[in-house]
Amino acid sequence: MTLLFVILIPLLGALIPPLVIRSGRNACAAATGSVTLLALALLMSHAPAVFSGEVPKAGVEWVPALGLSLSVFADGLGFFFAAMILAIGLLVIVYARFYLSREEPMGRFFAYLLLFQGAMVGVVLSDNIIALLVFWELTSLTSFLLIGFWTKRADARQGARMALVVTGGGGLALIAGLLLVAQAAGSYQLTEILVRGEMVRASPLYLPALLLVLVGAFTKSAQFPFHFWLPHAMAAPTPVSAYLHSATMVKAGVFLLARLWPVLAGTDPWFLIVAPVGLATMLLGAVIALFKDDLKAVLAYSTVSHLGLMTMLLGFGTPMAAVAAVFHIINHATFKAALFMVTGTLALLASASMAGVPLFNGFLSKEMMLEEAAHTAYLGLDFLFPVLASVAAVFSVAYSARFAIGTFLGPVRHDYPHHPHDPPLGLWLPVAVLVVPVIAIGLFPAAVAGPLVALTASAVIGGPLPDYHLALWHGLTPALFMSLLAFAGGAALILAFRRVDGVRARLPPLDAKAMFEAASGGLVVACRRIVAALHDGALSRYMGVTVATLVAVGGYGFWSATHAAGARPLLPVTAPALTAFLALVLASGAVLLFHGERLTALILTGVVGVVVALAFLQFSAPDLALTQISVDVVTTILMLLALNLLPKTTPREGSRAVRWRDGAIAGLAGLGAAGLAYAVMTRNGTSISDFYLAQSKPGGGGTNVVNVILVDFRGYDTFAEIIVLGIAALAIYALLDPALKGAAVRRIKAMLPRDEAKDAHPLILVVATRVLLPLSLVVGAYIFLRGHNAPGGGFIAGLVVAIALIMQYIASGYGWAAERMKLDAQSLIGAGVAIAGLTGLAAFAFGRPFLTSTFGYLHWPLVGEFELASAMAFDLGVFLTVVGVMVLSLAQLSRVAHRVDPSPESRAPMDVPLEGAASGAAGKED
Amino acid sequence: MIAAAIAIAGGAICLAIALTLYRLAVGPDATDRVLALDTLVIETIALIVLGGIAYGTAMYFEAALLFAMVGFVTTVAFCKFLLRGNVIE
Repeated sequence: MTLLFVILIPLLGALIPPLVIRSGRNACAAATGSVTLLALALLMSHAPAVFSGEVPKAGVEWVPALGLSLSVFADGLGFFFAAMILAIGLLVIVYARFYLSREEPMGRFFAYLLLFQGAMVGVVLSDNIIALLVFWELTSLTSFLLIGFWTKRADARQGARMALVVTGGGGLALIAGLLLVAQAAGSYQLTEILVRGEMVRASPLYLPALLLVLVGAFTKSAQFPFHFWLPHAMAAPTPVSAYLHSATMVKAGVFLLARLWPVLAGTDPWFLIVAPVGLATMLLGAVIALFKDDLKAVLAYSTVSHLGLMTMLLGFGTPMAAVAAVFHIINHATFKAALFMVTGTLALLASASMAGVPLFNGFLSKEMMLEEAAHTAYLGLDFLFPVLASVAAVFSVAYSARFAIGTFLGPVRHDYPHHPHDPPLGLWLPVAVLVVPVIAIGLFPAAVAGPLVALTASAVIGGPLPDYHLALWHGLTPALFMSLLAFAGGAALILAFRRVDGVRARLPPLDAKAMFEAASGGLVVACRRIVAALHDGALSRYMGVTVATLVAVGGYGFWSATHAAGARPLLPVTAPALTAFLALVLASGAVLLFHGERLTALILTGVVGVVVALAFLQFSAPDLALTQISVDVVTTILMLLALNLLPKTTPREGSRAVRWRDGAIAGLAGLGAAGLAYAVMTRNGTSISDFYLAQSKPGGGGTNVVNVILVDFRGYDTFAEIIVLGIAALAIYALLDPALKGAAVRRIKAMLPRDEAKDAHPLILVVATRVLLPLSLVVGAYIFLRGHNAPGGGFIAGLVVAIALIMQYIASGYGWAAERMKLDAQSLIGAGVAIAGLTGLAAFAFGRPFLTSTFGYLHWPLVGEFELASAMAFDLGVFLTVVGVMVLSLAQLSRVAHRVDPSPESRAPMDVPLEGAASGAAGKED
Repeated sequence: MIAAAIAIAGGAICLAIALTLYRLAVGPDATDRVLALDTLVIETIALIVLGGIAYGTAMYFEAALLFAMVGFVTTVAFCKFLLRGNVIE
């Protein structure tokens, strides 16, 4: 299992830096470093096993039937990449500690860095491809945060967005591609897919899968024609650039090509696409790099070029080329990371390696590349690859030389704003650590890098290794001549640089960024136009379209089927039923006439509510009746509070014809709904309710089936609903808080009634509600406690208690009631959701799934037989949430009105001063 | 005997509801309509209690209790709205 923690430690450890930053920047960097170090140590504990040929695995199943699991494995390739990501990550953390200035939010920076690190390790260690895809997208998202870290800089924001669009878009293609691969191989586990290469290549899905996977890999690794995002991502802080572009982000695409090499490589389409794309990228990157004057831009295009080199080698599809690719991945990671953190003479060594100078590691892998290119014929053209690869090598030598000469060997400048000083230890130490392998591998390749290359390459090839030698001297091979040619050509290019640059300057410029911004800007404008045309903000239009569609579909369903009248006998019409029916019809009809006068409409809907409660009661739904009664009260108060801030009449909108059209749609929909209800009520059908009725007592331990459904059978729904409810209340609170300022306040003030009664807190009301409070609370408690077996439960009890509390607000005023509320509503909501959630989690302690309920019976003295169900604790959560939501949203609405029209608050309305109590505060009326 | 009493009481309540509905429809003021709604709630309580007696169940009584306990809050809220504008101040 420790392998899984290698991923989880950085991801979870990302929480640490923002907290530790309070203890200082050193502590923060140390904490971040130890997180990475811990992950690295855990990974290294598997090193002996990996080097002896084993493949450590770990994982947890999630939905095995759908192929979903979080499983990881560490073969040579994954192990090597994970070690590289964590090791270079450690050096980057040290470097960043000294690089970031005092003003920059280091905690946030390290949090992003650790998240990114965890996602990268996830990509390289994942066994399940769905998990791989999730981590892949996570790297795109976290790299967006890292590249755009300097949020105040426009180029950082644009670069981050460009990187996200290109790599994220490629990620979408990759999702499709990998799912096709999984389909063809019949498994979601990479370990199984890797041994079924034949099967995948023979499948008709191979070509689409290959193309989609390649789009994903090419975008991530900045291959031509997607290479343009990488240089713009250089707007990131230098440690980020060093990390993203040497060892991690852009290597993910190369990693993927290597990972899937045994499955996808070796076919004509693979060679015909991957090799030339790599070649083009290598050449283009090297050429552009030569003409860049900005250090980071040179390095960026050099990275593009080297990525092209690796891609091309993998594209050759031969085991020998794959070995060379792996070797170059190792070498590039070391010298490129060092170059980004460029400091002094050490960088000279690294740039020598970049140029491919003998005795440095870059020379060795470049020789192997040239050797492979020399043997490659493309579509019968056997000179294409050798010649173009040599040209790329020429430019590569030239830009490396220009980089080194321009930076370190040029004339001494004296016009710096500050006197340059030698960097502190923390800045050059990571570079030194990286330069050691650059030279060590260059001198003794077989001894230093041999085992690692063999391990990684055999994992890439998935078969026996070819016969190769990592050595300085291979004899007089074609590669040696090509190398010599490259050095000669590079030197000539540097000497003639001014003239070449003049030629380049006369070519038409091609600005990828401007093109990208124009394209994406145009797309955004087009999308906005479509959205604006569809969503014009008129609610009546949305409703009209929705309801008309329902009527059309329902009408089609009705007329295209045969049907007979229902066979169930009708109930007799009693006088009360007829009266209630008349009241309902009258009130509903009157709403139609009076809907313009909002207060009248509200009174009329009150009548509808009363009749509906009666109907629930009549048809054996006492729970619903109780809910309806209390909900009606709360909604009316809510509407009145809102109406106070809104116009009192609805303006007439639309022409007569439009109103008739809308009326026709609404009328048809109403008739249809009535017809459906009638059809259902006149038929005897079976439904799921029989199951619930039968299972309520044995399964849930309660006889009130409504409550058992709410808190037990469908507890998941209820849990989600109270969370939504809580979020809604908090959103009301947050939105109303700053909403009413300036113009809105004046407009509302003009609408408020001019003359109002003088008595804000009438005596009788105050006294009556205070007497009622304890009684209401008792009723609430009663309804709550018996809810499992008789009508009631947490929801209704919550409403009753909320009404009892709101009564105090109405009668005695906000100030008086709020002062006496010892628990604030936000805490009630939080406690409610937490209690419900913890009740659900408690089931885990007994090895059951989330929200499994249990119950037992206790015998209490005096009370008698008493049922105790775990669902009751859940119901308590519902209860608290409902109370908190109601009180919070209603009270907040009233505060808005108070801010518009502040009336002098009486601190103690109708309070009678007690004997001996301070009489100053009490009895003061406004 | 009790059946006849229930029938007479039911008839009376239904008549009362009808009259209340008339006031609700005619108005003319919002105050009239609020009072009509309040009266309707009280008549509903009577109807529910009567139903409880007729069907011989205690469950109806609880609905009546809840109506009686919270129903007046609606009326209070309407009145405060008409008199002061803001319901909670």
